[in-house]
Amino acid sequence: VNALLAAPVIVPLTAAAVAVMAARRVPLQRALSVAGVTGALVCAVAVLVTVDRDGVIATQVGAWPAPAGITLVADLFAALVLVVGLATVLAVLVFAIGQPGCDDESPAFHPVFLIMTAGVAMAFLTGDLFNLFVAFEVTLTASYVLITHGGSANQVRTGMTYVVINLLASLLFVSAVAFLYAATGTVNLADLASRLDAVDPNLRTALALLFLVVFGIKAAIFPLFFWLPDSYPTAPSPVTAVFAGLLTKVGVYAIIRTDTLLFPGDLPERLLLLVAALTMVVGVLGAIAQDDMKRILSFHIVSQIGYMILGLGLFTVAGLAGAVLFIVHQVPVKASLFLVGGIVEHAAGSTALSRVGGLVRRIPYAAALFLLVAGSLAGIPPLSGFVGKLALVEAGFDARSFAVVGVSLAVSLLTLFSMVKIWNGVFWGVPEEPTPQLATSVGRLRTPPLMNIAAGALVALTLAIAVWAGPLYELCTEAAATLVDPAPYVRAVLP
Amino acid sequence: VSLLLAVLVAALFAVGVYLLLDRVLVRIVLGLTLIAYGANLLLVLAGGGPGTAPFVFADRGTDDFADPLPQALALTAIVISFGLTVFLLALAYRSWVLTGADEVENDLEDRRIARLRRETDADTDELTDELDALEAHLPALREPEP
Repeated sequence: VNALLAAPVIVPLTAAAVAVMAARRVPLQRALSVAGVTGALVCAVAVLVTVDRDGVIATQVGAWPAPAGITLVADLFAALVLVVGLATVLAVLVFAIGQPGCDDESPAFHPVFLIMTAGVAMAFLTGDLFNLFVAFEVTLTASYVLITHGGSANQVRTGMTYVVINLLASLLFVSAVAFLYAATGTVNLADLASRLDAVDPNLRTALALLFLVVFGIKAAIFPLFFWLPDSYPTAPSPVTAVFAGLLTKVGVYAIIRTDTLLFPGDLPERLLLLVAALTMVVGVLGAIAQDDMKRILSFHIVSQIGYMILGLGLFTVAGLAGAVLFIVHQVPVKASLFLVGGIVEHAAGSTALSRVGGLVRRIPYAAALFLLVAGSLAGIPPLSGFVGKLALVEAGFDARSFAVVGVSLAVSLLTLFSMVKIWNGVFWGVPEEPTPQLATSVGRLRTPPLMNIAAGALVALTLAIAVWAGPLYELCTEAAATLVDPAPYVRAVLP
Repeated sequence: VSLLLAVLVAALFAVGVYLLLDRVLVRIVLGLTLIAYGANLLLVLAGGGPGTAPFVFADRGTDDFADPLPQALALTAIVISFGLTVFLLALAYRSWVLTGADEVENDLEDRRIARLRRETDADTDELTDELDALEAHLPALREPEP
């Protein structure tokens, strides 16, 4: 039994349990929270190193042999996403500790945050479809609490939409699992991969579509994204950052996992490419129409999901490698953009483009961070977004899917346009109706050092991804090879 | 597999979706509850026909067992949907306390963006009035709570 695989789930859960008992003792809760996430991150790195050395590893929870028991399994794809996800969670956690009034007003923040971390780790590591449902529910239930945490009218209104749409998706998930079980008699992913061969291809296509809808709602792909830009911006900045960085990517992870392992080639041809193109275009057009920094960034979450689906839609090793690399780059980039938004909101009192302006002189550090990550989001060389997009574009040309590649390049330009819009509105110019903070002060605005350090560390991570893009891309290619040919995955689970 | 149960699942989903499309929060919660019942029944149905309880005795075989796995899954799903229904009801109550209305509210920011689009056109008055009425009706949405 390989206990290492369970550690990224168990460590944060244990820390959460202890943090509940430490309610109202803020320093102790903070220490527990940081220790829990750091512990999970260390274990995740150990998992990545092991998988890179030995190939896919699996463990049976409670020593019940697969397919009867619950399986935890890590291939390179899962390990990579897990490591970068937990690193992002750690940076956001430090930011939340640094932001006054974020984690110290309610005893629930740290336990719930830790439970969400455990849920995300379980979603990446599980090798069992029903356990994936449970992981989603653990993550989402924690996120429901975080998004409505303040209890203000706006948060309750958007939280309601968020909870209802996710609950509906979860119920569809249960129904899809029921149909799949009726057809095959198992919920173990590796077992399903072999048993689905005997199922009628039309039924396989129906099941694949049903799962695409279920995970598509969670991942916010076109046309199932409408809930996201409304609900994300109202939460506190660190919460939005971790949602933006991780939660939609858990959905994308599930889409890639099911469509490569269970239903390879079962979806209608070119459906995913069409969905990818529409997701990119509609997301970016929505972003251009907005005039609030957090809302612009929320629409860009949707737009960037399209690139990941594009890599999956190509269904070549190069395409999937591009998708994996793009996820790895997108998680810290998206989170750090929202952290910069959090700094702006804390210093200037608002993120509406009409109410703030000229911040390049007032908070130059945040402006510099924004330039680095906004350039990365738009794909300007040599930043990490360029590397991810280059991999996808090359894969698209190799697969002769010129139309969707053209769309992705045009969307990059529009992304750059809306980043310039944020820059002009927030960091240059003069506010039309300045917030009280800006109107009554001159010179530098003070921001808590811990917020700056956390955001800076996350931006440094995105720069590191760009610097080590070569070795990272080789890892992603190996991960993609296991996705296209899942025989090692199945062998590790069912020896 | 029982046809009656299959029809019941379909009916639960249909009624649930119909209720879900309403603007009244309590109906939405009820709709989700019905869909959850449907999904749980579907899980049990997925296990195949009825059978004896899956206890292993020395003098009896295991051939006529009911499939216990979908039942375990359904049990998990029931617990989760029960907890979330309670959470939804608490949210609906909080919404009622804050706004005095048991309804799904409009996205003001979205309406404002739509108004920006239309302002160049001549026929903006209708939408503007609608928005103003909306904002007057919901003062709590303008500013976060102290």
